[in-house]
Amino acid sequence: MPSPDGTLHAITANRLRDGVVVFLAAGGAWVESFADAALLTKAEAEPALAAAKAQAEGDQFGVDVYAFEVERADGAAQPVKMRERIRALGPSVRLDLGKQAAA
Amino acid sequence: MNHIAPGARAGIYHYDAIDRRFVGERVEQFRKQVDRRLAGELTEEEFKPIRLMNGLYLQLHAYMLRIAVPYGVMSAVQLRKLAEIGRTYDKGYGHFTTRQNLQYNWIKLEDTPAILNALADVDMHALQTSGNCVRNVTTDQFVGAAKDEVVDGRVYAEILRQWTTLHPEFTYLPRKFKIAISGAASDRAAVRVHDVGLLARRNEAGEAGFTFYVGGGLGRSPFIGKLVREWVAEEDFVAYLEAILRVYNQYGRRDNIYKARIKILVHELGLEKFKAEVEEEFARLRGPKYRLDPAIVAEIRTHFAPPPFEDLPETSDALARAKAENPAFANWVAVNVAEHKAPGYAIATISLKPPGGIPGDATCDQMDLIADLAERYSFGELRVSHVQNIVLAHVKQDELFALWQQLDAAGLGTANAGLIGDIIACPGLDYCALANARSIPLAQALSARFADPVRQRTIGELGIKISGCINACGHHHVGAIGILGVDKKGTEFYQITVGGDPTLTTAIGDILGPSLTEEETVDAIEAIVEVYLAHRTEGERFLDTLARVGHGPFKERIYAAD
Ligand code: HEM
Ligand code: SF4
Repeated sequence: MPSPDGTLHAITANRLRDGVVVFLAAGGAWVESFADAALLTKAEAEPALAAAKAQAEGDQFGVDVYAFEVERADGAAQPVKMRERIRALGPSVRLDLGKQAAA
Repeated sequence: MNHIAPGARAGIYHYDAIDRRFVGERVEQFRKQVDRRLAGELTEEEFKPIRLMNGLYLQLHAYMLRIAVPYGVMSAVQLRKLAEIGRTYDKGYGHFTTRQNLQYNWIKLEDTPAILNALADVDMHALQTSGNCVRNVTTDQFVGAAKDEVVDGRVYAEILRQWTTLHPEFTYLPRKFKIAISGAASDRAAVRVHDVGLLARRNEAGEAGFTFYVGGGLGRSPFIGKLVREWVAEEDFVAYLEAILRVYNQYGRRDNIYKARIKILVHELGLEKFKAEVEEEFARLRGPKYRLDPAIVAEIRTHFAPPPFEDLPETSDALARAKAENPAFANWVAVNVAEHKAPGYAIATISLKPPGGIPGDATCDQMDLIADLAERYSFGELRVSHVQNIVLAHVKQDELFALWQQLDAAGLGTANAGLIGDIIACPGLDYCALANARSIPLAQALSARFADPVRQRTIGELGIKISGCINACGHHHVGAIGILGVDKKGTEFYQITVGGDPTLTTAIGDILGPSLTEEETVDAIEAIVEVYLAHRTEGERFLDTLARVGHGPFKERIYAAD
């Protein structure tokens, strides 16, 4: 459920061994697709981020773990900032590369 | 014995056994460090400085590996290896940078030791491409070939490579340290925007010596390097530089990363005090024990002996005929070919800036082709320029047409060196974790807008340089037109500066007005060009007209309409 202020969050990292962008899914697994990321309220995001950081570093799984804002546009969730949109898709100048290419 | 240079023809330094052993040991060391990191024996906090020391950064989509190309010069064999690595471990391309280096964008940490090993096979590495050390020294991409060259900067850049690599005193400087050398009448290495900029010259007796500029730099606070000494004799070259580094090491602001570069030290101490400190240190160091032995210089110079040029007439009839028959080729020669010191030879710039393309990117197939062409036409050697192009420095004028035909067929025949389409752009928000805005799409839109070769030549010499954040990796401060990406409440905006100049008449550009959206920026640049063309008098470059008429007419045209 969206928080009262309406802002949703998702949690992301780069996978340690190959640098691939990953997102935290519901249940605590890390997934490669933003579409599968858990969308959290602000209140949920803080403890989830702390836990994800501890887990990612503890398991040597991910680095640079952080939370970012997500908005809903026409029913679909998308990152608010261009930076995270580009991380979720791949370089905007090479549509043949990154996650956007897999589709 | 050497497995890198094809014969002894290419003007490339040959590693000796010590270099080779050292690089090999570093690869093995890093392999173990990666293993320990993946096994959890090292935390990210512990590991990060180690990976950075080996050129491995984390960007948005993956790790990025920055390969050192010492003073921008490499052999065809080395380029072919870079292509092979790009195919095996990356996504089939690489990015040539303003630091005369190559970056791969999609590297896996777990593959990195194997990549470094492959590089070591051709005497290459990723050392001194990151961290607070003396970085890979850069120089004129026409070095050893230019008609206006006075001193061959490669010799001294190589001396610095040997001297700084593993030098314990320079491993933990307050901040990164960038040195550029130019030994020609025109500065193609942007020496005055480096921590130390060196002009190699000759005195009346014909002896080599150096003019030292210190404290130049771009980034958050741009500074133009200040003249610290007009003449340092060759034998004092290393001692004087060491004196500078010592003063910096002692007084540099380690407390504040934004004030840690030597430019801030020179600025805060004041030039006179800084000079006095350096001279005092130099007086202490200088002496019979600390001089650059002419025998060492001579020995290193042998590695850069001119390739076996044929005795040719000054000009080529074949070239004249080909130009007469093929206007596109004639245009490429006029724009991308520079004069060589050997009669009958020429310097060819291969533009990595096709209209609408990504500045500095080359596919691995293109790299292979360039390597082949370097072998066929330029003694197996090539250079990366700080403008993100490739240079074949020793091409027979007779063979320029054949070279151009093959380049053109591979999309590498763009004729825009030094013109408005020859844009420098940093990776920006498409790749870089520090970016505020994208740089590449703007470069693409601009090079497409100005694609017409006739229009480009009409506009003449005009450098556009784009950075995606204030770190200024795209040199925007010294662009005749500079563009800086900024983030305004989550939207990408661009700030235009005009009047920057990277040559010896160095200037930092001035902000023209409020920042604009991407689309507005492209239109604004076109408007700037139109205003220039309307105001220029015979023979004036953009910078000349701007200096004469001031910002007024440009501002008015772009901002008055609102
Ligand atoms: C992951 C990518 C990169 C990172 C993290 C990065 C980081 C930085 C930072 C932090 C600075 C400012 C230094 C200071 O002011 O003290 C800087 C400056 C600079 N970088 Fe980069 N950079 C990246 C990519 C590049 C690329 C691709 C190039 C070449 C095209 C480049 C060339 C330069 C240059 C020429 C400067 C300005 C000169 C100076 O040091 O004052 N960098 N970079
Ligand atoms: S200028 Fe900024 S955005 Fe561009 S490469 Fe440098 S750090 Fe990244």
